[in-house]
Amino acid sequence: MNESLHSLGEYVLLMKKAIAVPDRWSMFFKQLIREIYKLGVDSLWIVVIISVFIGTVIAIQISLNINSPLIPKFTIGYTTREIILLEFSSSIMCLILAGKVGSNIASEIGTMRITEQINAMEIMGVNSANFLIMPKIAGLMLFIPVLVIFSMFTGIIGGIGASYLDTQMTPSSFEYGLQFYFNSYYIWYSIIKSVVYAFLISSIAAYFGYNVKGGALDVGKASTNAVVMSSIMILLADVIMTHLMLT
Amino acid sequence: MIEIKNLTKSFEGRTVLHDISAVFETGKTNLIIGRSGSGKTVLLKNSIGLIRPDSGEIFYDGRKLIGMGKKELNILRREMGMLFQGSALFDSMTVLENVMFPLDMFSGDSYREREKRAMFCLERVNLLDAEHLYPPEISGGMMKRAAIARAIALNPRYLFCDEPNSGLDPKTALLIDDLIHDITVEYKMTTIINTHDMNSVINIGENILFIKEGVKEWQGDKHQIINSNNEALNDFIFASDLFKKVKKTESRKPEAGNDPDCPTYGLRPVTD
Repeated sequence: MNESLHSLGEYVLLMKKAIAVPDRWSMFFKQLIREIYKLGVDSLWIVVIISVFIGTVIAIQISLNINSPLIPKFTIGYTTREIILLEFSSSIMCLILAGKVGSNIASEIGTMRITEQINAMEIMGVNSANFLIMPKIAGLMLFIPVLVIFSMFTGIIGGIGASYLDTQMTPSSFEYGLQFYFNSYYIWYSIIKSVVYAFLISSIAAYFGYNVKGGALDVGKASTNAVVMSSIMILLADVIMTHLMLT
Repeated sequence: MIEIKNLTKSFEGRTVLHDISAVFETGKTNLIIGRSGSGKTVLLKNSIGLIRPDSGEIFYDGRKLIGMGKKELNILRREMGMLFQGSALFDSMTVLENVMFPLDMFSGDSYREREKRAMFCLERVNLLDAEHLYPPEISGGMMKRAAIARAIALNPRYLFCDEPNSGLDPKTALLIDDLIHDITVEYKMTTIINTHDMNSVINIGENILFIKEGVKEWQGDKHQIINSNNEALNDFIFASDLFKKVKKTESRKPEAGNDPDCPTYGLRPVTD
C-alpha cells in the first residue's frame, strides 16, 4: 500500500514536470509530429487488420448465437454495430494499443534513462520530462480519435463482409440493422473514452520508462509493467466512464 | 573555478563520500582518479547537481550550487558541458542534430547560424564526414568526439567528462585526451575528468585528485604523482605497468625528479 502511494505520488510529480510550457515551441512541434507518426500513423495497419477480422467474427458469432425465428435478422447488424461502437473500437482497441504503444514508449524512455541520454538533457538544463513525455501524450491523444474512427469503419466493413459469407444473414438485413436506431452520441462517447485511454497509456508507460533503474533487464520489466498497469487502468476508467456517460 | 567544500554523501546508510574538499582550476584538466567504486562518479554527479549531497558546499566561480533557484540553476546548466561514459548521444538524431540540440533549445540564432556553429564544433573534433550518420552507425571514438562537439556547442565554462576513454583503444584514447586538453586551454574552461586510465593521468593530469573509498587521499599534478609518498596512491598507480616504466625511467635519471619539464615526465618517454 505504502509503495503504491509512493508510486502514485511519483507519477503525479512526473506529470506536473512533464505537462508544462515547452522550453521551445518549435522543438515541441517537431517532436509532436514525430510522435504522431511513430505512435499513431504506424499503429494504423494493426488497428485496421484487427478491426476487420474482429468485426467479421463478431457478426458470425452473433449470427450463430441468435439463430432463432423469434429474433429478426437485422439484430445481427444492430448488435455488431453496438459492440463495435461502444466497446471494441475504443476500449478493446486501446487495450491492444497499450501493448504496442505502451511498450514502445516505456522501452524508448527506459533505454534513454539507462544510457544516460536523459541525464545529458538534464545537464544541458532541458526539462527532459517535458521534452520527452509531453509530445508523446499530446501526439497519442490527438491521433487516437483517428484510430478509433478507422477501427469503427473497418470493423463494420468486416461485419458487412461476414454478411456476404454467412448464410444465416443477408447483406440487406445486416445493413438495415447497422442503421437501426442509430445514436450518434455513441461515436462521441467512444472517442472521448479513447482520448482518456490515450492519456493513460502514454503517461503510465512514460512513468515506468522514466523511472527505470539498472540495465536492459529492467527496461524489459518496466515495459511489461507499463502494459499491465495501463491495461488495468483502461478497464477501471472504462467502468467509471460508462457509468458516468451512459447511465 | 569549481570549489567543493566538505562534501558528504550516503546511500541507504552507506557513506560513499566522506568530507571531500577540493578546488578545480580554470584552464586546466582536473582529474579525479580512484578505483572502481571509490566514489568518483558520485562526486562528479554531486558536482553537477544530478545528486544532492547530504552536506557540504559546491561553488561555481563563487556561485553556490546547492540551494540555487530553478532559474539560476538552468542558467548555470547552460554553462556546463558533459561527456558521459557511454557518450549519451540521442539515438533518434543524426550526429549533426545531436550537436545542434543544445543550440536548438537555447540559442536564439537562426537555423543557418546554428547549423554553422554545429559544423564548426564537428570540424573542431574532426568529425565532419559523419554529420548525417546516426550514433549506432559510428565507432566508439567517433561517438566520444561527437559528444565533445555537443558539449562545447554552447561554449561552456565548465566541462565534465565521466571516464572519457572507457572502451577505446589506447591511440584513440590519447586523441580524446588531447582533444579535451586542447579545448580546455582554448576555451579557458574548468574541466573535470573522472578516470582510472593511467595514460590520461600522465598525459593531461594537471590537477589530480585521488579518492579511496570515498575519502580524499591525495591531490597534486602529474609531476608530483610519481614521487608521492602516499601509500594508497602508490598502490593504485603502480598497479599500472605504464607507471612502473615511468618510475624506472625516473630512477635512471635522478635529476629529472626536480625538473617538471623533463621529458621523462608525461607520456612522451613511454611512447618513444
